[in-house]
Amino acid sequence: MEETKTTTFMDKLKGMVNSFGLPRLIIAAFLLVLFIAAPFVGADFWTQITNTINRFSWNAIMVLAMVPMIHSGCGLNFGLPLGIISGLLGATLSIEWGFHGFFSFIMAIVIATPFAILFGLAYGALLNKIKGGEMMIATYVGFSSVSFMCMMWLLLPYHSPNMVWGLAGKGLRTTISLEGYYDKALANILQINIGKLSIPTGTLLFFALFAFLMWAFLHTKTGTAMTAVGSNPTFAKAAGIDIDKTRMLSVVMSTWLGAIGILVYEQGFGFVQLYMAPFYMALPAVSAILIGGASVNKASITNVIIGTFLFQGIVTMTPTVMNSMIHMDMSEVIRVIASNGMILYALTRKTEATK
Amino acid sequence: MNNEKAPLLEMKNIKKDFFGNQVLMDINLTLHEGEVLGLVGENGAGKSTLMKILFGMDEIRDTGGYGGDVLLNGQKVVFNSPFDALAAGLGMVHQEFSLIPGFSAAENILLNREPTKKSVVSEVFGERMNVLNRKKLTNDARAAIDKMGVKIDDKMIISEMPVGHKQFTEIARELSNDKLKLLILDEPTAVLTEKEAVALLDSIKGMASRGIAVIFITHRLHEIMEVCDRVVVMRDGHVVQDVAAKETTIPEVTRWMVGRSVDNTAAAKKVAVEDGKDKEIVMSIRKLWVDMPGETVRNVNLDIRKGEILGIGGLAGQGKLGIPNGIMGLYEAGGEVTFMGKKIPLNSPRKCLDAELAFVSEDRRGVGLLLDESLGWNVAFPAMQIKNKFLKKYLGGLVSWRDEAAIKEVTEYYIDLLQIKCTGPQQKARELSGGNQQKICLAKSFALEPQFLFVSEPTRGIDVGAKALVLEALRKFNHDSGVTVVMISSELEELRMTCDRIAIVSGGKIAGILPASSTSEEFGELMVSMVK
Repeated sequence: MEETKTTTFMDKLKGMVNSFGLPRLIIAAFLLVLFIAAPFVGADFWTQITNTINRFSWNAIMVLAMVPMIHSGCGLNFGLPLGIISGLLGATLSIEWGFHGFFSFIMAIVIATPFAILFGLAYGALLNKIKGGEMMIATYVGFSSVSFMCMMWLLLPYHSPNMVWGLAGKGLRTTISLEGYYDKALANILQINIGKLSIPTGTLLFFALFAFLMWAFLHTKTGTAMTAVGSNPTFAKAAGIDIDKTRMLSVVMSTWLGAIGILVYEQGFGFVQLYMAPFYMALPAVSAILIGGASVNKASITNVIIGTFLFQGIVTMTPTVMNSMIHMDMSEVIRVIASNGMILYALTRKTEATK
Repeated sequence: MNNEKAPLLEMKNIKKDFFGNQVLMDINLTLHEGEVLGLVGENGAGKSTLMKILFGMDEIRDTGGYGGDVLLNGQKVVFNSPFDALAAGLGMVHQEFSLIPGFSAAENILLNREPTKKSVVSEVFGERMNVLNRKKLTNDARAAIDKMGVKIDDKMIISEMPVGHKQFTEIARELSNDKLKLLILDEPTAVLTEKEAVALLDSIKGMASRGIAVIFITHRLHEIMEVCDRVVVMRDGHVVQDVAAKETTIPEVTRWMVGRSVDNTAAAKKVAVEDGKDKEIVMSIRKLWVDMPGETVRNVNLDIRKGEILGIGGLAGQGKLGIPNGIMGLYEAGGEVTFMGKKIPLNSPRKCLDAELAFVSEDRRGVGLLLDESLGWNVAFPAMQIKNKFLKKYLGGLVSWRDEAAIKEVTEYYIDLLQIKCTGPQQKARELSGGNQQKICLAKSFALEPQFLFVSEPTRGIDVGAKALVLEALRKFNHDSGVTVVMISSELEELRMTCDRIAIVSGGKIAGILPASSTSEEFGELMVSMVK
C-alpha cells in the first residue's frame, strides 16, 4: 500500500513537472534561491527586485518579437539583429535630425518603421526560398547585417556632434548617450517609487500595449491563418492560404518589433550602442522565450512574460548574489550557460512540424 | 510436381493483424524449386504484408508479430531481420529503389559484400583496412548480370541510368548472392518499358530453369499468364484461388481479384448509366493532366452531373488520386475544368475554394488536419478563411475576430452528427483515432457548405464500423444538401455501395464509366485495360 501511494505521488509530480517543463522549473527554482539568498549575502532585496523589473521592461518587446515568426513556422528569429539595426537607424537619424526629449523617441519609431518593413520584406523573401532551414539562415542574416552596418556606421554622413567621433568629426561612436533625447522617456511616465523599490510603469504599460496587440492579432482571421501556416503549411495551402505572404507578414512583424524593442531598451539603458552590440541581442531573446516554455513552433504571450522575467532575473541576480558569495565574477558564465544551454535544449527537442 | 522432396517454401496458416485490424487470415502457400508463382490481388489484399512476413521485416515484429509457420525445405524458420532471410537464400526486389545513386552498377550489386584484398595498411591495422579487389568486383558483377540474361553496363553510374536498368541492377544484386534460392519480385515491371518487361520475363524464365523459385507480384495479368507456373489470387487477406496458370484465363483471375460473391452485388445501387442522362452537367473536365508523383494523370475527360455521387476507382498508381489533387491546386496541373459554366483556374487552391468546391484529402495527417490544434480549429478553419464564417467584426469590419463560441457550437454539432469520439472541441486532432480524424476532415468540408465535394480515399485505414458511418454521412450529405460528390477510392465494393456511377481510371485516363450495378468482371477488365 505504502509503495503504491508513493508511486502515484511521484507520477503526479512527474506530470506536473512535465506540464511546466523541467528546465523552466530548474531555472525558476534557481532564481527563487537567489532571491532568498540575496539579503544574507548583503545585497538589498528591493534593489534587486527593482533591477529585475527594470531589465524585464527593457527586454520584453524584443522577446515578443519572436512570437510572430514562431507562429508562422519560420522558427526562432535568430535574425533579430536586422530588426535592431532598423531601430538603430531610427534612433541615430532621429538624433541627427535634431529631435529632442520624448518626441525624439516617437520620431525614432517613425523613422525606424520604413527600414524595418523594407528589411523585413527582403529577409522574408529570403526565408521563403529556404523553407526548412530558416533558423540557420536567419543566424547568418543577423551576423552579416551587423558586420555590414559596422562599416556603414563609419561611412554614413552623420554630423551631429553628440554622435560622431570627436577628433575626426565623422563616423559614429560606439556608445551614444541619450541624455537630452529619450533617456528614460517611457520609464519616467507614472514611475512608482516606494522606498528603494522603483517601478518603470510607463515602460511596462508600453510592453502591455504591444503584448495586447499581439494577443489580439493572433485572435483575428489573419492571425489564425498565421498559426495554421506554422502548424501545417500543407493544410493551410489546401484551405486557400497564401503561405509565402503569411510568412512574409510574420517576418516583417518580427523585424519591426525588434526595432521597437531596441528603442525601448535604449530608453531604459540610457545609451545607444552601435557596431557589434546588436550581435549579442538575439540569443538572450531567443533563450528567454524558450525558458518561458515556448517551443520552436508554439509560443504564447505568457511564454514571453514568464521567460523574460526568469531570464532577466537570473542575469540581474547572479552578479550581485553569486559574486558576494564566492567572490568571483560568475555572472557572465552563468548567463552564457543558461542562454546557450536553453537554446540547445529546445533545438534538440524540436518536434518536426508534421509534413 | 516434385513431391518426394519437401517443398522449398511452405507457409502454413499465416495470420496477421495490425492492432486488431485483421489483414491476413489462414494463408497457406507452397513453392517448389524452380517454380514461378504469380501473386495477384487488389491493393490492400495483403500481398505486401505477406511478403514482409516472409522476409522478416522489422515492421511486422514491431506490430506484434504474426501467427502460423514459415517452413524452408521442411524446416521451420523464424527470420528476425531481413539479414537472416538473405542468409537463408531469400532475395527481394522492392518497388522503391534501394540503390546508391553515385555508385556504379557493379558497386551497387556487390555493396557490403565487396571482394577485398590485403594491403600494407591492412597487414598492420587488420581487415577493416583491406582494399577493394576491383577486378574481382567487376567480374562478380558481370557474372550476376549474365545470370540475369539482360545486358546492362556494370560501369554505369546509377544516377545516369534509365529506370529500367536500375530495376535490373537490383535484380542482379539479388542474383549475385550464390545461395539465392527464392527471389521475390514486387511489381518489377511497373517502371519498365514494354521491351524491358519482355527481357525481364525472359530472365525470370532463365532463373527458374536454374532452380531458383520466384514469387512474382504484378498487376499486369498477361505477364502472369506468360511466365508463371501457378497463380495465387488474394483478396481481403485470404487466398481465394491457387491454380495452375495454364488452367485459367485473365477474365477469370480478374473476377477472383475484385469480385465478391455474386449475391453481394445486390447491395450495389441499381442505377443504369442512362438514368439521369438528361441531368445538368455541373462540372466538365477536359484534357486534364496532373503531375502528381506516383499518380500521374495523363488525359482525363469527364462530365459530372449535378447532385450525383460519382465514384472514381482504379488500381494504385494509375492516376485516380491525381484528379482531385490536380483540380484543387495541390499539384501542378493543366487542361480545362469548367464548373457551373465558369472556368476554374488550375493551380490555385484559393480560387477553387472560392468557387465553392471542397476537397477531403487522402493524406489525412499531412494535408487534412492541423494535428497540434484543437478540433474546433480544424473544423472551422477553412470556413473561416474562405467564407468568413465564425468571425465577429469590430471597428466597422476592420478587425475580424475569431468567434470561439460559434466555433465551439459548430464543432459540437458535427461531433454529435458524425458520432466523433473525443473529449470535446478542445481536444487536439492528433489524439483522435484514424476513423475519428477522418470524420473531422469530413466535418471540415461540410462546414464549408460547398456546392461540390471531392472525397479522396475516405475509408483508408479506418475500421469497418467507422467506414460504414463515414459512407453513410457522405450519402446523407449528398442527399440532404444536394451537393454533388465525387468519391475516389481503391475499394471497388465501397464505391458500388455508395455511388451512382463509377469511372475507372487506368493509365492516367478514364478507361470507362459504368453504373454501380455492373459486374465485377466488367470493372476488373477496365482496371487493367490501360495499365502502364
